[in-house]
Amino acid sequence: MNSEINKIINILIGGEAGQGLVTVGQILAKGLVRSGYSICVTQDYQSRIRGGHNTFAIRVGADAVRAPQESIDLLVALDADTVRFHRDDLAPHGLIVIDEALDITDDGTLKVPFRTLASDQHTNIVALGVIAALLNLDEKVVAQTVADFFGKGHREATEANGRALGESYRWAGGQAVAFERLAPIAHPPQQLMMNGNEAIALGAVTAGLKFYAFYPMTPSTSIALALAGWAKEMGLIVEQAEDEIAAINMALGASFAGAPSMVGTSGGGFALMVEGVSLAAMIETPVVIVVAQRPAPATGLPTRTAQTDLEFVLHAGHGEFPRAIFSPGSIEQCFELTQKALQVADRYQGPVFILTDQFLADSYRAVAPFRLDNRPLVEPWSHEGVGFPTPYHRSAITDDGISPRLLPGLTEHLVVVDSDEHTEDGHITEDLVVRTKMVQKRLKKGEGIRAEVIPPELQGAEKPDLLLVTWGSSKGAVEEAAATMRSRGMRIATLHFPQVWPLVPKYVIDPLHEAKQVVAVEGNATGQLARLIRRETGFHIERHVLRYDGLPITPEFILREFNP
Amino acid sequence: MVTIEDYGTYETAWCPGCGNFSILKAVKQALVATQLKPNQCLFVSGIGQAAKAPHYLNANVFNGLHGRSLPVATGAKLANPDLVVIVESGDGCHYGEGGNHFLAAIRRNIDVTMLVHNNQIYGLTKGQASPTTDEAIITKTQPEGVLSAPFNPIAVAVAMQAGFVARGFSGMIDHLSDLIQQGMAHQGFALIDVLQNCVSFNKVNTFAWYKKRCYPLPPEYDPTDWGTAMTTATEWGAKIPVGIIYRNARPPFGQRLNRGRLVGQKTDRSEIGRIMDRFQ
Repeated sequence: MNSEINKIINILIGGEAGQGLVTVGQILAKGLVRSGYSICVTQDYQSRIRGGHNTFAIRVGADAVRAPQESIDLLVALDADTVRFHRDDLAPHGLIVIDEALDITDDGTLKVPFRTLASDQHTNIVALGVIAALLNLDEKVVAQTVADFFGKGHREATEANGRALGESYRWAGGQAVAFERLAPIAHPPQQLMMNGNEAIALGAVTAGLKFYAFYPMTPSTSIALALAGWAKEMGLIVEQAEDEIAAINMALGASFAGAPSMVGTSGGGFALMVEGVSLAAMIETPVVIVVAQRPAPATGLPTRTAQTDLEFVLHAGHGEFPRAIFSPGSIEQCFELTQKALQVADRYQGPVFILTDQFLADSYRAVAPFRLDNRPLVEPWSHEGVGFPTPYHRSAITDDGISPRLLPGLTEHLVVVDSDEHTEDGHITEDLVVRTKMVQKRLKKGEGIRAEVIPPELQGAEKPDLLLVTWGSSKGAVEEAAATMRSRGMRIATLHFPQVWPLVPKYVIDPLHEAKQVVAVEGNATGQLARLIRRETGFHIERHVLRYDGLPITPEFILREFNP
Repeated sequence: MVTIEDYGTYETAWCPGCGNFSILKAVKQALVATQLKPNQCLFVSGIGQAAKAPHYLNANVFNGLHGRSLPVATGAKLANPDLVVIVESGDGCHYGEGGNHFLAAIRRNIDVTMLVHNNQIYGLTKGQASPTTDEAIITKTQPEGVLSAPFNPIAVAVAMQAGFVARGFSGMIDHLSDLIQQGMAHQGFALIDVLQNCVSFNKVNTFAWYKKRCYPLPPEYDPTDWGTAMTTATEWGAKIPVGIIYRNARPPFGQRLNRGRLVGQKTDRSEIGRIMDRFQ
């Protein structure tokens, strides 16, 4: 498999929680990105702080890498269990890097004298140096990355790290190892290393986010971590709420008062927020809700990945109201669609969702720096209310259902919203004629949301023999599997939904009917997107490739389904 | 010059004789006394008969979900600290459904005034026990009598050293109006628990029952003495103290966070560029 995908190496670093493997992984990944390579990181960890078995996988290549890989070319084992658990995944010419003190006798093993090369506390750096040397990375680039990672101010620590790195580089360079090194990139392009949650956070502030409330929940917490790190310099408020119910209600209060607002959580936390979703719709107040999926029901597998909450998010909230659900499939889409989500929420004044998952949330990738100029900002306070009649009607009925929005305290007008059914001025009513008009008014906004939906992306052959349909983070794996099948002579196309709702039939009917066979590829056990497509278009996708063991869909997983 | 007319007069959904009327009157008196214009105030309420109160005066209103008014008020106050934020709902909404938010708001010391219409019963849902209903009281849903001990909001707030803790009585309108003014003037979280009668569903804690028991704290009472305040907070039965029971000068959340007004704050593109560069 590996040889077919040109010059891609899959590195897996494994060990116990607390051994610092994420540190090694992050520094190595950044060193690779700075050297001009493309990467795709997959983090697999247990819900514990010490012990257990965790891995940090970096798939790296000179050309774009957009999906994880199962077979391992370079297995870096910080403990013996890593070899036991992963030796079967080792590629034919793969190499194991391990501490010489460990009792492992596998072929193709490079035994590293960790204790001779550096003191115990620098084991991480030695591992890093050995891997970097094996990969042919420039030692200066790696040394700089190590220095940047640990920060300034610790001169002795920086020097000790530098020595450990140098020793391990020299040692590894002197070993006769049959391992295919990475071809150097002569002129590395400027690249960023960013994971999905960081891209969501950056997209949010780029669009004008001012308020973020959350209750810690894996795998959404790193959005809060990123935003909290920038809060002071950006003037944001990032507040850890007492629970998820408080988080969404705080965001709605802040949004009502004029601060573009967002919340982030995962399935169980979102379950608590659901009444707030319905409230956002009723009081027509913008809020963006990021749901980072993980396997459920209930607590499920807290640190693993899934695509199982499409139907939950689609139907969350009592009553009928419009919504939009974005499902980014890449880091770039996390950045772009978060901005779009804030804009749609602001324009249509209600709840808008971003569905991501643990795999994408934690997956570091190389991306080109984003253009930041000419991006529309969400600025709800720009409306000064001049020319509005008194009393101002916050819920005025209009042709498109969108009521001109003023903010409390900024004009002479009073702004009134109510979770009860209300008249146009926002006050509670049980007038059933008004009720009917208000239901229609709120639903009318759905037409606007539908008109600006981002269509699914169709790639590949026209009238294909096989069309793979997918959404969210499975994009990369599906597109790579399709490329591999294409290289074997198949007529194949892919259809990826970066926005799963509204699902507009005109964008999907032709591709579905033109393909000889359609297969849905999803990270759930029941084919939720396929079922939604059938509901909205009548088209029945009969064959599915489904993964629900907690791991991300890989190109190999898909290919096995077609070539058992 | 703001007058009581600026705050309007509306038809209500309350029973004749309900304590809510007096509380509404005391609120309007306080707003006029402080000369706040209706558009400077934001009332946040939940669900219940008390939560309808903000609909019966002129102001900005966020009538949200049952129990969730404090988080909404927190978000709104942080987004625009210039708003005078008053949270108004009943005992069930604030102490039952919203209990966790009550504790969190005290801990944050968010600068809002929390007005609790406490009639020791659920009115809108017709007479079930509330968190403040006394033990052994019989209701249709607690036919064998209430088995849980009543929640003492004053004692909890004082124990947690809330910024401003007061109790009022709907039968003492001027006294209550003064408490509301002082609560609004307080920089930080202010709890004003207002005892009121429910003519339809609470046949035990009637207007006469409260009138006989409520007494104003004497002028020499020192609300900054926490030890005395704890004792006063637990006084309940034959005599019930009303007035400011405890206060301190802990700076409010927004002041310590020091972000100013989020509303109208421009996004600095070059700042975002610098943040993005850190990912290189």
